[in-house]
Amino acid sequence: MKHDFDVIVVGGGHAGCEAAAAAVRAGARTALVTLRETDLGVMSCNPAIGGLGKGHLVREIDALDGLMGRIADQAGIQFRLLNRRKGPAVQGPRAQADRKLYRAAMNRAITSMPGLSLVLGEVAGLHITSHGIRGVRLADGSELASQAVVLTTGTFLNGLIHIGDMRSPGGRIGDRNSVDLASQIRDIGLGVGRLKTGTPPRLDGRTIDWDRLESQPGDEQPVMFSFLSRAPVARQISCGITHTNTATHDIIRENLSRSAMYGGHIEGVGPRYCPSIEDKVVRFAEKESHQIFLEPEGLDDHTIYPNGISTSLPEEVQAAYVHSIHGLENVQILQAGYAIEYDYVDPRGLDSRLAVKELSGLFLAGQINGTTGYEEAAAQGLVAGLNAARDATEKSPVTFARNESYIGVMIDDLVTQGVSEPYRMFTSRAEYRLSLRADNADQRLTPRAIELGITSDERTRAFREKLEELDTARTLLAGAEVTSRALNKAGFQVNVDGPKRSALEALALPEATAEQLEALVPEVALLDASILKQVQNDALYANYIARQERDVEALRRDEAWEIPEDFQYSLLSGLSNELRDKLERVRPRTLAQAGRIDGMTPAALTLILAHVRREVRRRA
Amino acid sequence: MDTIYALATAPGRSGVAVVRVSGPLAREACRQLAGDVPEPRRASLRRLHDDGVVLDQALVLVFPRGESFTGEDVVEFQTHGSPAVVSRLLTALSRRDGLRAAEAGEFTRRALENGRMSLSEVEGLADLLEAETEAQRVQAFRTFDGELGRQVSIWRADMVRAAALVEAGIDFADEEIPQDVRSEVEDILSRLVAEFRDEIRGVGAAERVRSGFEVAIVGPPNAGKSTLLNRLAGREAAITSEIAGTTRDIVEVRMDVDGLPVTFLDTAGLRETTDVVEAIGVGRALERANAADLRISLGDVADGLRMRPDDLVLVPKADLPGSSEGLRISGLTGEGVSDLLTHVSSVFGRRVGEAHLATRLRHGEMLSAAAGYLEEALSLLYRGEDRDELVAEAIRSGVRSMDGLVGRVGVEDVLGEIFSSFCIGK
Repeated sequence: MKHDFDVIVVGGGHAGCEAAAAAVRAGARTALVTLRETDLGVMSCNPAIGGLGKGHLVREIDALDGLMGRIADQAGIQFRLLNRRKGPAVQGPRAQADRKLYRAAMNRAITSMPGLSLVLGEVAGLHITSHGIRGVRLADGSELASQAVVLTTGTFLNGLIHIGDMRSPGGRIGDRNSVDLASQIRDIGLGVGRLKTGTPPRLDGRTIDWDRLESQPGDEQPVMFSFLSRAPVARQISCGITHTNTATHDIIRENLSRSAMYGGHIEGVGPRYCPSIEDKVVRFAEKESHQIFLEPEGLDDHTIYPNGISTSLPEEVQAAYVHSIHGLENVQILQAGYAIEYDYVDPRGLDSRLAVKELSGLFLAGQINGTTGYEEAAAQGLVAGLNAARDATEKSPVTFARNESYIGVMIDDLVTQGVSEPYRMFTSRAEYRLSLRADNADQRLTPRAIELGITSDERTRAFREKLEELDTARTLLAGAEVTSRALNKAGFQVNVDGPKRSALEALALPEATAEQLEALVPEVALLDASILKQVQNDALYANYIARQERDVEALRRDEAWEIPEDFQYSLLSGLSNELRDKLERVRPRTLAQAGRIDGMTPAALTLILAHVRREVRRRA
Repeated sequence: MDTIYALATAPGRSGVAVVRVSGPLAREACRQLAGDVPEPRRASLRRLHDDGVVLDQALVLVFPRGESFTGEDVVEFQTHGSPAVVSRLLTALSRRDGLRAAEAGEFTRRALENGRMSLSEVEGLADLLEAETEAQRVQAFRTFDGELGRQVSIWRADMVRAAALVEAGIDFADEEIPQDVRSEVEDILSRLVAEFRDEIRGVGAAERVRSGFEVAIVGPPNAGKSTLLNRLAGREAAITSEIAGTTRDIVEVRMDVDGLPVTFLDTAGLRETTDVVEAIGVGRALERANAADLRISLGDVADGLRMRPDDLVLVPKADLPGSSEGLRISGLTGEGVSDLLTHVSSVFGRRVGEAHLATRLRHGEMLSAAAGYLEEALSLLYRGEDRDELVAEAIRSGVRSMDGLVGRVGVEDVLGEIFSSFCIGK
């Protein structure tokens, strides 16, 4: 059969763009199908990229030569490194982005990409045969054939918008939803659930009393997302900060019954992590005030995104509570806040390539898998697009492990645990957090990307140069010895009678700085500041990482116990029905993965191990 | 899956011997030996035949799959407790295809693999089978009942709570996290450290309950140590004679003292000696006595013997006229022996009281690793620098120790340890 494409990506959001770009980099003839060209790179929620855990994901996408980091750097209008005062492992880059600049940059990246066809149209259904997926059917009746399909339909599957007790079908305000596709997905036999997410009312910045509000500027030395970027391109701005008060909370409390969520109109489960203001008022009843960031949506856009007050209350109630807030007394609401409810697919039906286990050639990425956030979506898009391309061109799968990337953590969480609320990345989800830092994402992942042939020459060259610089710096610092007396005199926190240290060890001392070291080892001045910082970060955690290595030995042995794909959990007589169901759905690949399933007990692990071992003996 | 068999009762002459067969061919083996397969769970008298020869008349008990100790088809032959009968029956079983002798602990292992027993039940069972005294039985049954597992999940939940409080400050940097969480974290961690330390102290006592306490009887040659031991044992356990230096090796007598397993050690007399063999005996006696849980010195305390609280110095040979003042004892007449036993019982009884849930060396190691990690977290917190990622890392390591303790990770290691102590036929 003749194929139009190797890979078809459905959807032009953050997952879709990244999936298409990854498929192209992996050498696949790729089509991206979306409703309108203007859909590419739309930020439908808050105008910001990155944050804690999320910033790590963006760095990893960039390390694999993905788009998001570079686009965000081009569109960034305020850069802040979160947790700047905490350790480097938990610092996350974040930026406010100008919506229009972001969309324009993404549009340029996608439309100028050789080997990528942009198809405008609505996907009405999937073309499924007994051999797996064979392409998609468009609403106008035409068909596109391909070896693999990546679905990134976001919140559009059976999307339902709620503003107070009013509801209307739609995937985003002003867009249709996809009902046909949703029913086809249910038919494939994938578990489907319902989730919800909320947005705040959008405000007219010209009617905010900025002079009375606290202002939050960006960092003096902006930290970029991409390893290839040096400095912001767009003009930089500040955000405003204000707070809700008891009057605000009273208004919300009085009208709770009219909220879509509290009025019982929504069956989906919302995220605990960015709760609606209704949620906050109810759950943290003792708090008299909640912080709100007033985030400009763009340089030439007066729309303000009030981060922290997403809601599904009726419009007039939104107006009333917004007007009770300091500085917003006379504000004009441009667009009422709304909640959206949508179908998601139980990701436990996917393997670690994000491929549907039961239907060869179909990949799912982004919000459809129950995640929330642009970064989570984009990272999944990259993995799904890359693997769809490799699947279509008959190359081996590319998977990511928990100990090498946040991407690996996220995908393992999704396919092992499933989701019970929209999944958002956090640094605390990564048990190898000290080694999975935003600053070393390139060293963790770019070598692999180069090997896979998915990096540009520019990236490859820049990375190799950086490695050489790091090597030079490490050699220099490891070779230079300093006495404790000298260190102490230079301001290091060290006892004068201590042993001699290498400059590298000195950098790992608490609160050591490069400037202090420069006074003792003048060559340090010749090193690039970012290179030095990186070496210091590595030194800082070296002991902890070594210890962790020893600690996780037992875990690694569990990782080595592979569970056969056709393992019959029904034969394990000692399992509870609940656990058996979970195991059947997830089909863990290793004993360690089985151990991560929620509710797993040592007794059940023993059973599994015993049977796996028996199986190994039998097959030997 | 092989069908396995083994003698389930102690080897040697006895009233009844039980041979247990488990696996898919158990019923077939029963049919061939007993002529038919009796009704499940009903003791049935059968003549056992092999090669046309009658082996014995035996009670045959059949347990169907899913309702037996191992979860498999099980047949038990209760024969006369004659070594010859047992040996002939085992030979008959070994001749059948698909049947083989069981390895140590294999029946229990199958019970575990078939979900008939939990890990902690198996762990407790191993101890229960070994239990000789009441204290051992009580301790083993507590493990069998899974008490430690329940406590570990409570501790684990506390650690997860502490970690969550720390993590909130890291992952929600832009939100206003209440400042007082640090004191809650400190409270949780310091309480856990204290509880772990308490448990760790108890492990030594629990180990003693399992392996027995040791009481070393020491003193100069010919002080009557062996006579005392014999009196304690109520039999001639150690060779006694009038010639000084008779006991060169260490003689042990294991006793049940008020439910506690106690081993009395009769050691070589401590004196300067030119006899090479005796000198070795003296050195060994000192070493062993210093390592024991309690020392009873008959007469003056010898050089090199480290006496500790609860240890006793007794005046030996109280039966001889003119012996000096002090606590007197005589192995010959029995004077002071019952007081000695009361002392031993009360000292060890008190130590047993320290044993809680952690009963094995491995438990102690995991708990002390966890305590170490939590102490590290506390010291980072007290230092007041913002190194929350390291605090969280330390707590996470603590959680990992808990997971290792109950086999949530490294099940293999836990199994290996437990089954190493099993004997064949169980």
